[in-house]
Amino acid sequence: MTERLLDVRSLRVAFETEQGTVRALFGVSFSVAPGETVGLVGESGCGKTVTALSILRLLPSPPSKVEGGEILLRGENLLPLPEKRMCDVRGKAISMIFQEPMSSLNPVLTVGEQVAEVFTAHGVCGKREAAERAVAWLRKVRMPDASLRAREYPHQMSGGMRQRAMIAMALALSPSLVIADEPTTALDVTIQAQIMALLQEMREQERMAVLLITHDLGVVHDFADRTAIMYLGRIVEIAPTRDLFADPIHPYTQGLLASLPGKQPGMKRLPSIPGTVPDLSAVPPGCPFADRCPFRQAAFARFRSGEAPADSLEICDREDPPLFEYAPGHLAACHYQRAARGEAR
Amino acid sequence: MYRYIVRRVLISVPLLIGISLITFGVINMAPGGPIGISSDLNPKATAEYRERLKAYYGLDRPIYVRYGQWLGRMAVLDFGDSFSPDGRKVWDKIRERIPVTLSINLLSMATIFLIAVPIGIYSAVRKGSLFDRIATVTVFTGFAVPTFWLALLLMILFGVHLGWLPISGLVSLEHDSLPLAGRVADRAKHLVLPIFLAGFGGLAGISRYMRSNMLEVIRQDYVATARAKGLPERKVVFRHAMRNALLPVITILGLSVPDLLGGSVIFETIFAIPGMGQLFYQGVMSRDYPLIMGILTIGAFLTLLGNILADVGYALADPRINTGRTG
Repeated sequence: MTERLLDVRSLRVAFETEQGTVRALFGVSFSVAPGETVGLVGESGCGKTVTALSILRLLPSPPSKVEGGEILLRGENLLPLPEKRMCDVRGKAISMIFQEPMSSLNPVLTVGEQVAEVFTAHGVCGKREAAERAVAWLRKVRMPDASLRAREYPHQMSGGMRQRAMIAMALALSPSLVIADEPTTALDVTIQAQIMALLQEMREQERMAVLLITHDLGVVHDFADRTAIMYLGRIVEIAPTRDLFADPIHPYTQGLLASLPGKQPGMKRLPSIPGTVPDLSAVPPGCPFADRCPFRQAAFARFRSGEAPADSLEICDREDPPLFEYAPGHLAACHYQRAARGEAR
Repeated sequence: MYRYIVRRVLISVPLLIGISLITFGVINMAPGGPIGISSDLNPKATAEYRERLKAYYGLDRPIYVRYGQWLGRMAVLDFGDSFSPDGRKVWDKIRERIPVTLSINLLSMATIFLIAVPIGIYSAVRKGSLFDRIATVTVFTGFAVPTFWLALLLMILFGVHLGWLPISGLVSLEHDSLPLAGRVADRAKHLVLPIFLAGFGGLAGISRYMRSNMLEVIRQDYVATARAKGLPERKVVFRHAMRNALLPVITILGLSVPDLLGGSVIFETIFAIPGMGQLFYQGVMSRDYPLIMGILTIGAFLTLLGNILADVGYALADPRINTGRTG
């Protein structure tokens, strides 16, 4: 990681609601190198989308508020930029593919108009040329009958076709980073594979970096160079994808990987992580995963039964564990692992 | 599209007949009648005289026969003769007054649209701002205040105390002697208050409606997509959000035709404007059945026309509406 395209540093975001302040991101840090694909994995509500929208400064404010941190694009902090400069960044340097192809396209504008708008918005070319370029891009993302389809409205297209149009829009100005927020979640499986293959191909053709947000571990396994696991507004583990799957360190990552089907043949029930995610408006102090953590629970049980003289993991209830590097580029935030194997390094 | 319009027009015919049936019944059930009005206070009017009058106007026949006769005449677009002493043709009386009423209503509709839509958009985009709060209070006051009362207050303020605007009629006495510019200014001055008042209720409603539509649309995913493209906020609001938020307003404007026509009755009477509304008021007061029916039929026709135009406009503006085109 010599050069960093995007560098998110201890980003903290909160929402002001009528019930008080709800914190969504508790100091998220990660970076993306040019041409690299980073997967951001986590369950619903863990802050994946908030992270993505914060990078482009698309969260409505109020109610959202960036409480701290930096978002550096090639060393330049995006957070204090005036709105006008930010418009230059959006779509041109960083673009975004949204989750819902059904609702992410404007119903009253033709698909061609919507793609062409990317060119005119950034003053790249005139209207007529923009329209031609839009058709060329639709062809590039393999929209069937591109020149005809460009004159159609989103409702006349299938979900897969709409997502192709979204991709054309996101890639039109060859941005250096594309944020793909669950690009295939709303599509059926065969279309998912096609869209991922298309993204893969485009990524190689345009040599762009991708921040791939998903809850599908299979997708990141096949697609991402590095993977970050998010839990409750934090990154709890980040590593080169191969290392993460080979040797998950954080108990949450271990739980996620164990619950994938096909790992233990013959098992009737898939293992699951016990417990539920705490409410974001009332996050307890200490490690956010402590309540559901097998290590923490075992230590506590040993102490309760008198097996152990003291609660060896009492720290989990007090201190939020920081990220610690266990192997080159492999970081995780866990008190237990730090004690168990961390000190070796 | 063509077939869709034809179908809508065909459906309107039975609807129009139904409306006329109900209004005919209601008007004839209303207490009093043309005979009573012209003879009750006349000590010389005998019972025999009344019977003769009744027979003269054809009111001695049962109501269904009269409705049948009326419908038969309407089929050849004959509105019949007015019961009023001048006995003129109803159609002639309406025809000379329609332009005044229609132009005032169209102007007030345009005013509503041009003022309410920007207010709604601005309130939504700057939700919670001072402007939004002032607009909200004003709009709710607008809803609550009865138009006729407000009309009288404004007449006192602008017409009597300030003397800026005339308080009645369409033109001043010296209108004909003025140069062209003066005549235009004179007419415009007379129209300010009526147009404002005709549009006042609609202004409140539409701006409110536009605001909530806009708030709804601005949260949509495609607005986020538009922002993510790097479009400036102005384009996001006017190109992406406004177009979607305006669609339902087209329907509302179409539906507001009867409100406007009903409003005409009030403000034309208050401002002594020689329009259809004033004629209707006079017609009702003298139980001039053919005239009332004529105006109501035209009102119903305009309402249905407004609805059809709104639906057609909507279908043209929203590509998702399928009007029988293939695809």
